[in-house]
Amino acid sequence: MPLAAAADVAQQVVSGLASGGVYALLALALVIIHRSTGVINFAQGEMATLSTYIAWTLTANHGWSYWPAFAVTLALSFGGGVAVHRLVIRPVERGSVLRIVIVTIGLLIAINGFVVWQWSGEPQQLESPFGTETFTVGGVAVARHDVGAIGVALAMVLLLWALFQLTKLGLALRAAAVNPEEARLVGVRVTWMLALGWGLAAGLGAVAGMLTAPTVGLDPQMMQAILIYAFAAAVLGGIDSPFGAVAGGLLLGVLLNLLGYVSRYEPFAWFTEELRLPAALLIILVVLLVRPVGLFGRREAHRV
Amino acid sequence: MKTLLELDDVRARYGPVQALHGVSLTVREGEVVAVLGANGAGKTTTLRAISGTVSRSGTVELDGRPLRPVPEEVARAGVAHVPEGRGTFVELTVTENLRLGAYVRRDRQVKADIRRIQGYFPWLAERGAQRAGTLSGGEQQMLALARALMSRPRLLLLDEPSLGLAPLVVREFYRIVRELNEREGLTVLLVEQDARIALAVSARAYVLEAGRVALAGTSEELRGNESVRRSYLGY
Repeated sequence: MPLAAAADVAQQVVSGLASGGVYALLALALVIIHRSTGVINFAQGEMATLSTYIAWTLTANHGWSYWPAFAVTLALSFGGGVAVHRLVIRPVERGSVLRIVIVTIGLLIAINGFVVWQWSGEPQQLESPFGTETFTVGGVAVARHDVGAIGVALAMVLLLWALFQLTKLGLALRAAAVNPEEARLVGVRVTWMLALGWGLAAGLGAVAGMLTAPTVGLDPQMMQAILIYAFAAAVLGGIDSPFGAVAGGLLLGVLLNLLGYVSRYEPFAWFTEELRLPAALLIILVVLLVRPVGLFGRREAHRV
Repeated sequence: MKTLLELDDVRARYGPVQALHGVSLTVREGEVVAVLGANGAGKTTTLRAISGTVSRSGTVELDGRPLRPVPEEVARAGVAHVPEGRGTFVELTVTENLRLGAYVRRDRQVKADIRRIQGYFPWLAERGAQRAGTLSGGEQQMLALARALMSRPRLLLLDEPSLGLAPLVVREFYRIVRELNEREGLTVLLVEQDARIALAVSARAYVLEAGRVALAGTSEELRGNESVRRSYLGY
């Protein structure tokens, strides 16, 4: 491969990892809620959009700089996620899965309507805290925002890993998710753990939104396609596997970018931008048909 | 000996089916008490009524204080319930199961306690990183017991620990329960289908029939009782 082409590919991989990091965070949010509540939260993307608008309001209307707005938005989103579980999900939790799914779809519509009502449908610009410049490493042009986004996504994943694996609270969160009845018998307050899970998921979504907005622009539909990508990432990695969600997200980001890249060349010219979303849906379909547990999911072997 | 647990006129139901029709019993501190009975007599339901995992009426008192039927509160009050069918978190590791057992504790001796309990179950030490679901049935039952002990319970509820286990494993399990009772004064309320072993381990026992206490006495008395012998001991 000519050197210039290799540099192009490397560049595509880096920006693919950046968007993949965003998919990974949102996929992780889906996985956390799926593990504990047993449903896909269809409102996850809209919740993230709402969070991003809050961050935008703080920076654009109140003159805050990005990072304080980031921190406050994260805290508000966490609280909002907890509140959504307590007020909206918990009352229907004992019903069928379908009821919860319908409630999350209702939530999607309600939040989207609220965002349009509050901020109008007009696109807004959230500035990147990393700047818009690119720099060159060994002939590869890299956007500073992409590197920053990868870093923030990785930091979130590591923090979350530490919370779940190294702390007593994390252990209780996992216990409540895998076996709520048993968890109550050892004294875990399960309903609060589920609410905390919703809070964490909302926080992850907020970060995903705040990393996305500077590159694609903030509008009420911003996270809708990304939710599909996140869903594809979660299914690809294994819907109950946090590690799989992260790996699936990064893989999907890079894959879609490389497909976009090869479409520059004659035999693949048909793969245009419009086919990205259908490609993600195709991945969901194929994985569900061929390997429903995903790449990293575990088939639970029940012993009697 | 002072009364630790007191059930008074406890009734419980699963939907339309009433499983307990007013059960009263007591467990004194440091005692091992067995609950015997046929399938469906209400043995498991009695334990679930104590831990609050079934809706019930009547009073359950621990140390003179009423227990509300909320499982996490009952656990926090010092009751460890090992449910039927190996109460372990199969997705979590052995050590994580033990740490969860100590979840309600606030003190700093959890690590020391893990070592103390590994003294009773030496294999737990080498296999701490193994997922509980990969253990054998007997090992899972031992782990469930070890996990319950990690909470330093005032009262241990054991539900059919012998179910599906090889006789040798059952004997080992009860040897440890007995040792804990004798050495550490552990109070146990035990539900067991195998009346022979239950009466051998316990000091007193209750016999349930159709959701009521049909018979109560010291285990020695019950071993000599004609109808107990015929119905539950089989000779």
